[in-house]
Amino acid sequence: MKSHVIVFPGSNCDRDVAVAIKNISGHQPQMVWHKETSIDQSDLIVVPGGFSYGDYLRCGAMASTSPIMQDVVKKAKEGVPVLGICNGFQILIESGLLDGALMRNSSLSFICRDILIKPKNQSSVFTKKTQVAKMPIAHNEGNFFVTSEQLKKIQDNDQIAFQYCDENGNVSEHSNPNGSLENIAGILNENKNVLGMMPHPERAAELAHGCEDGKTIFESILN
Amino acid sequence: MTNHNWLFQTEQSLVENHGLKLDEFEKIVEGLGREPNLTELGIFSAMWNEHCSYKSSKFWLKKLPTSGERVVQGPGENAGVIDIDDGDVAVFKMESHNHPSFLEPYQGAATGVGGILRDVFTMGARPVANLNALRFGEPNHPKTKHLLSGVVSGIGGYGNCIGVPTVGGEVNFHPSYNGNILVNAMTVGIAKKDKIFYSAAAGIGNPVVYVGSKTGRDGIHGATMASAEFDEDSEDKKPTVQVGDPFTEKLLLEACLELMKEEAIIAIQDMGAAGLTSSSIEMASKGDVGLEIDLSKVPMRAQNMSAYELMLSESQERMLMVLDPSKEEMARDIFKKWDLEFEVIGKVTDTKRLILMMNGKEEASIPINILVEDAPEYQRHYIVEEPSPIKEYKSEDFDQKNILKDLNTMIMHPDLSSRKWIWEQYDHMVMADTVVRPGSDAAVVRVHGTNKGLAMSTDCSPVYCKHNPYEGGKHAVVETWRNIIASGALPIAITDCMNFGNPEKPEIMGQFVECIRGMGDACSKLNYPVVSGNVSLYNETNGEGIYPTPAIGGVGLIKDLSNVKTLSLKEDGNFLCVVGKTANHLGISKYISIIQSKEEGGTPEINLETELKNGNFVMDAINQKLITSAHDVGEGGILVAISEMCMSGNLGITIEIKTNFPHGYFFAEDQSRYLLEVSPNNYDECQKLANNNDVHFEKIGIVGGDKISIKNIGDQHISALKRSFETGIKQISQ
Repeated sequence: MKSHVIVFPGSNCDRDVAVAIKNISGHQPQMVWHKETSIDQSDLIVVPGGFSYGDYLRCGAMASTSPIMQDVVKKAKEGVPVLGICNGFQILIESGLLDGALMRNSSLSFICRDILIKPKNQSSVFTKKTQVAKMPIAHNEGNFFVTSEQLKKIQDNDQIAFQYCDENGNVSEHSNPNGSLENIAGILNENKNVLGMMPHPERAAELAHGCEDGKTIFESILN
Repeated sequence: MTNHNWLFQTEQSLVENHGLKLDEFEKIVEGLGREPNLTELGIFSAMWNEHCSYKSSKFWLKKLPTSGERVVQGPGENAGVIDIDDGDVAVFKMESHNHPSFLEPYQGAATGVGGILRDVFTMGARPVANLNALRFGEPNHPKTKHLLSGVVSGIGGYGNCIGVPTVGGEVNFHPSYNGNILVNAMTVGIAKKDKIFYSAAAGIGNPVVYVGSKTGRDGIHGATMASAEFDEDSEDKKPTVQVGDPFTEKLLLEACLELMKEEAIIAIQDMGAAGLTSSSIEMASKGDVGLEIDLSKVPMRAQNMSAYELMLSESQERMLMVLDPSKEEMARDIFKKWDLEFEVIGKVTDTKRLILMMNGKEEASIPINILVEDAPEYQRHYIVEEPSPIKEYKSEDFDQKNILKDLNTMIMHPDLSSRKWIWEQYDHMVMADTVVRPGSDAAVVRVHGTNKGLAMSTDCSPVYCKHNPYEGGKHAVVETWRNIIASGALPIAITDCMNFGNPEKPEIMGQFVECIRGMGDACSKLNYPVVSGNVSLYNETNGEGIYPTPAIGGVGLIKDLSNVKTLSLKEDGNFLCVVGKTANHLGISKYISIIQSKEEGGTPEINLETELKNGNFVMDAINQKLITSAHDVGEGGILVAISEMCMSGNLGITIEIKTNFPHGYFFAEDQSRYLLEVSPNNYDECQKLANNNDVHFEKIGIVGGDKISIKNIGDQHISALKRSFETGIKQISQ
């Protein structure tokens, strides 16, 4: 099991996700600095949350052009599993690996709180073990949008990974924290080896976090 | 101010515009043996203003207890340091950013956070938590909405980006802040005890290195502005507010911590208030050496900056270091890796002078001791006013039928309502070590990779301080102590942020003196010393001072995270017990201010002996695993505290008490009290422990159901209370 975590100068969840991976898989992931140009053989590449380059331009836009992202895109196209969390999701969209756009939250403010999600796609390498799960979101731009043609495409191809829901798994406006289209919290690429999600599974990955629901996502990919 | 015998060539108005008194100018001339040039005048202005020199407060601050067995570094450095076992230390401080935040709330608050973060990582600590203490004017004042949302998004904008969780804080609304809000920011960091960095420059000839952002023209004279009162023209001072760049601060943080792993840094000081001036002088003064700086080498953002502008700019995200010369290249590589400026701008000298060169010309030459040791220090005249009298309230004046209705009204008020609207805008979980999130008594953050944690809380009741500064000062300290105890921790030390009006007014100075006396007594009795702090005076607009606001930030240690307590009720059938006596003190309470719209009746007094006894009992009971949840009884009294426990745990309670004065019992703000949830199995043991320690301990309710039911009075659904609780602050923002 070899995993890699990309580190941009403004990443701030890189350590958190590395700790979660270590705790769950027993293996220490390798941290990869953004100025590097290639990644070794890998079973999982994580693009972590944070503010990659400050996000003064559109979130993730600058990071998508960094040296290391060229290789991440290449590896993703070769089928290596790639997980983008929060800012990582924004970067994967900007890199063209995932469809859609992440706009400002409908409340126009940063939101940090626990939400519930459930998998729509139940067979991908990332989602197969997860039921209704609680984990935090912490973002200002997580309002997912795609054109109606793209939406139809990702629906038809079972690319919706997670949707915001309530305790009973109902997907409704009430359970939508940020205005995302169809309550989308995470999506997959066509080949289902790339996942981008706004919620932070690494912050719900041990008892001290008060909730361990996030573990299932790592467990399904790491084991 | 007039002076009929002005004998100097320097224009009198120039001196006054620099915030210096004329006799202070005379002192400068005497020290230098000549009149200062403009750059030098600017430097004196920056060093001798209230914000940097503590000239009105120094004498009194020295009276606070600052030592203790866990104190590694007390006041006087960038931040205080306490021992948290296993070779680890916690580094923390609170600082004000009041004036800039009123002028430009987003940037003012953001750079306040940036500044206090730098104070902490300058000492070699990785920041692990931010907190704040905020005061705004009346909820319906036309400026409050704008200021509240600006400050909150500024704090979030900075902390969220740099990736340090904002885990706690407090907020009050009161008309005394209508024209002068308070934004106090606190950072807690963790370091190794043998890896703490200080600011004393040393080693004649060693390079003085500038790192971080370039210097621009922003924030020139910020510290001088922060030492003046506001008036109608204050909006014109907006250009003195700095602009923050949290991304660059993140780079600076990581680069500094990376360099700190090597034996390269001899001294380090962040450029905060008064920028290059105060950082260079501080380093030279602490090390008892001189510095020679070539200002033309300072990385500049703007063209043609003068020596004066370079010395007084408060551009953010900059640091000054003295390096081991053999490590210079290695250090340069680290800063290059993080895409930051790194420039050798001078050297340590034995002249004990600050000498500034620019393009080969000497721009300033000042003996360091005149700037620091000879800085003015005043023992201002003060008057201690009589505290407001304590009023006895009688049961007959209240209708007990209204108790639950009154509760509902009270928890809707912005002073008591849920702060969720605020803290949901802060990333309070980044770093994945937040164990107790905002909304409980104290936040708890795990020490990364261990099973221990730090509990932290900020508190102050300005209304208590206004009506009895001595008791108010005690209360601010004690409130953090109680919050930390209720979270399961051992309280260790505090930082203070002293926000007051104009110290040249004897009654304001009297408030300061009395608050300090109260704080000092509480700290001594509770073995809870002050390790760092900050003073913000001249918080006045058009001659009207704010209420005295000594905001306190306390830090405690939880050796075993399994002992962490929160305020949420946990289980049906458990008993709710109160620790400490209730004596119907309704004076100055939230009940009187919210329900009766009055501010009268006298500040509750704290018996420190009882405080210590009750606190130690709660600590013992938690450590003996007798307690399920704990909450201190604060503003609003017992019923507000009970409702908070119910709402947080989504559980009801049935209360039965013996009293002939229900309003007094439920809303009094008598001190030294806690509420504890105890399982029936542990109740006898708990009662015995209380008896043995001479602590008043009494069962008042049984947990269960979905209502607060008070025998002979009525009941109220928790869900309905929650709706009220959620509205208060949210309403201001809409």
